[in-house]
Amino acid sequence: MADGIITLTSVNFDETVKSSTTPILVDFWAEWCGPCKAMNPVLAEIAKEQVGNVIVAKLNVDEHGEIAQRFNVMSIPTMILFKDGEMQKQVIGAKGKSQLLAWISEFTSIKN
Amino acid sequence: MSSAESNHHEVIIIGSGPAGLTAAIYTARANLSPLVIEGEPSSTSDQPGGQLMLTTEVENFPGFPEGVMGPDLMMKFREQAARFSTTFITEKVTKVDFSNRPFSVWVRDTKYTAQSIIVSTGAQSIMLGLENEKRFYGHGLSTCATCDGFFFKGQEIAVVGGGDSAIEEATFLTKFASKVTIVHRRETLRASKIMQQRALSNPKIEFKWNSQVTEILGTQKLQGVGLVDTITGQKSQLDVTGLFVAIGHRPNTDLFKGVLAMEDSGYLKTRPGSSYTNIDGVFACGDVQDHTYRQAITAAGSGCMAAIDCERWLEAQH
Repeated sequence: MADGIITLTSVNFDETVKSSTTPILVDFWAEWCGPCKAMNPVLAEIAKEQVGNVIVAKLNVDEHGEIAQRFNVMSIPTMILFKDGEMQKQVIGAKGKSQLLAWISEFTSIKN
Repeated sequence: MSSAESNHHEVIIIGSGPAGLTAAIYTARANLSPLVIEGEPSSTSDQPGGQLMLTTEVENFPGFPEGVMGPDLMMKFREQAARFSTTFITEKVTKVDFSNRPFSVWVRDTKYTAQSIIVSTGAQSIMLGLENEKRFYGHGLSTCATCDGFFFKGQEIAVVGGGDSAIEEATFLTKFASKVTIVHRRETLRASKIMQQRALSNPKIEFKWNSQVTEILGTQKLQGVGLVDTITGQKSQLDVTGLFVAIGHRPNTDLFKGVLAMEDSGYLKTRPGSSYTNIDGVFACGDVQDHTYRQAITAAGSGCMAAIDCERWLEAQH
């Protein structure tokens, strides 16, 4: 994607998450979710400013429900941070940029 | 311009629902270049755009005969404010000092000053206040039907509350759920007649009258709720996999405790028929000072009043 955010699907999810040496922040979202839309500018800024520190990715739960189910996502937006192919952290609900950066900081080299 | 100067404004508007954004449109068109500190994303109504961000179709906002989606309406409000030199900061105010002029407002460590302030921080949903409520949030317990209804396809769920938002959520949730039980502590609904009729005639909606949720049951995920009959005191259990809470609102006034005059319930006091608070130069509009009407259109109307009050007050200072 042009804004540096990766689109994950049931086809590329496992491979992308496993092969990445950089932590991946996955946003589980859907078109009909207002708070999810509010996350778009936040995620776009993080993707742009944190190149090399964290990869930002999005997964549409409407289209790829089986991935959402695998991680027990029952509320969106949910954000999950993966590192070395493993889920590290999960947070439910829309967050501001500073909150989100602080939340992922222990797994990345981000300085607030 | 030094950064200290760029942090000074004629007017700072705190909050960005219909009231705050209408105040922004009016003050911007009066060449006051308002700064709107709009809040930050969240999954409660305490977010930029306010309570309408969690609604679906708004059918009673004049000018939209076909109805309009709440988030789309708020996007239009914001675009209109941005068109006339409004500056936005997508963060939450963390502290205020209204004891001297210019007034001071902090966003964490950054200080902003202004000749005048318009407070439009709105109100947010009240939670049940049950012990394990937080643990089930996102695991069956939700505050956002439009976000989470999808995850309850074919399941039996419950909505707590009896006002417009509870009935709207319940009606919306019947798109997904096989059955929606509205748990209400009274025998009659507070919701408007048209909403009531829709719910009462919906075959997927059932009612548990005179009932209060006292307990959330389940291990990992929510599996049911414990109820108590408010008249007989009899306890019962309702097996549901989802619980949506819509039991009312409280004003977002924690920031102004001990600063602005407020009712015992926390709503800001304004001089009748105006937006003047007890501090000269600080105005309040929208749901933060209105527990009677609480509509998008009345909030917008009072935002307009605050902008005009503010503009005239600033004029009189010169």
